[in-house]
Amino acid sequence: MTDTAIEAAALGRRFGRRRRPALDGCSFRLPAGRVCAVVGPNGAGKSTLLALAAGLLRPTDGSITVLGQAPAASRERLAYVAQNKPLHPQLTVTGTLRLGRDLNPRRWDAGAAERIVAEGDLDPGARIRSLSGGQRTRVALALALGKRPELLLLDEPMADLDPLARHQLMATLMADAADRGTTVVMSSHVVAELEGSCDHLLLLGGGRVRLAGPLDDLLAAHTLVTGRAGDPLGPHTVVESRTTGRQLTALVRPTGPLGDGVQGDRPSLEEVVLAHLRSPDAPPLLLDAREAAV
Amino acid sequence: MVEYRIDRRSGVATYVQIVQQTKQALRLGLLEPGDRLPTAREVVEATAINPNTVLKAYRELEREGLVEARRGLGTFVRRSLGAAPADSPLRAELDAWAARARAAGLEHDDVAALFTSVLDAHFADSKGDA
Repeated sequence: MTDTAIEAAALGRRFGRRRRPALDGCSFRLPAGRVCAVVGPNGAGKSTLLALAAGLLRPTDGSITVLGQAPAASRERLAYVAQNKPLHPQLTVTGTLRLGRDLNPRRWDAGAAERIVAEGDLDPGARIRSLSGGQRTRVALALALGKRPELLLLDEPMADLDPLARHQLMATLMADAADRGTTVVMSSHVVAELEGSCDHLLLLGGGRVRLAGPLDDLLAAHTLVTGRAGDPLGPHTVVESRTTGRQLTALVRPTGPLGDGVQGDRPSLEEVVLAHLRSPDAPPLLLDAREAAV
Repeated sequence: MVEYRIDRRSGVATYVQIVQQTKQALRLGLLEPGDRLPTAREVVEATAINPNTVLKAYRELEREGLVEARRGLGTFVRRSLGAAPADSPLRAELDAWAARARAAGLEHDDVAALFTSVLDAHFADSKGDA
């Protein structure tokens, strides 16, 4: 077992010569055992990154290694659930799990897969095409977790789930991570639902890495400042600043103590992410993952 | 056993919420020495928070000597906290005081503000300690 789940070096991927690259010069390291949120606006490159990690796409620039190997060589040890959750519509739930067993003869854990399906109160004899979006997600997740992966890649797993199903899905994922130390990487553009579940963040924008690192460290590196308009923000790195009447609101990365009369608060994950999305030119912040940062 | 309630909008770090709620349970006598804390798996299954967060909270409680991890068995309470269990004379006095405050026409927030200011005056040195 390696201590690095994913490592990307100057990773890039183009679709066609004339178009802007979907990913461009991405470098980051994700330690094993983390639950990582991949966040960014539509078209940021989230799905491309996950498909590269899953070995379904090849990089056109740079490199990516997964569990210490090329992604294609790690196929058995990772599971990937695509955004559209491709399943055979005419198969039953039981038939789908049987297929999972046949495709993963050495690793398959029928008990785990059946438990996830049973928690969703699904009829094992129902055909996939008759299931709701949320139920289909559950079957796709059972298929992925039944493989007992070391790395689980989920592309927008929550998109078509109601709040209860989201909570159940997250709880199932977190329980698996607690039991087996699975590394989970999930993309989403709904940030709030990831806070609390994820301990690592990768913010993509325009094909580049904007923020990367342990979530707590990234949040601690930012301060939400309120003061009077015209207050100097001095040596601090300003991510975003706005003036409303006499009031100044800014998200900064402090490089020293804040000035007098300026109030600093700890921002939420959503505030940090939104400020970066509104300010595409803010400099990136890539923090290396220390073990103690958990 | 305790059940943790995680408020994601409170602005308080999740692991701090677990530490605070455990201490609250110890103060109120809901947890006693020898009791087992829920496993990380049990907590995350109920709350969908990250298991590392639970472990971080338990490490913090362990560092303060309140609980101890026993390998393969779980995390157990070592000692209780404070001298004010739910049925102590101090609680009875506070209860009587709150009743008088209410009878005097004070609202909930007035009483809370009054109590907090007296509390802060007496514990100025340890303010902010969870």
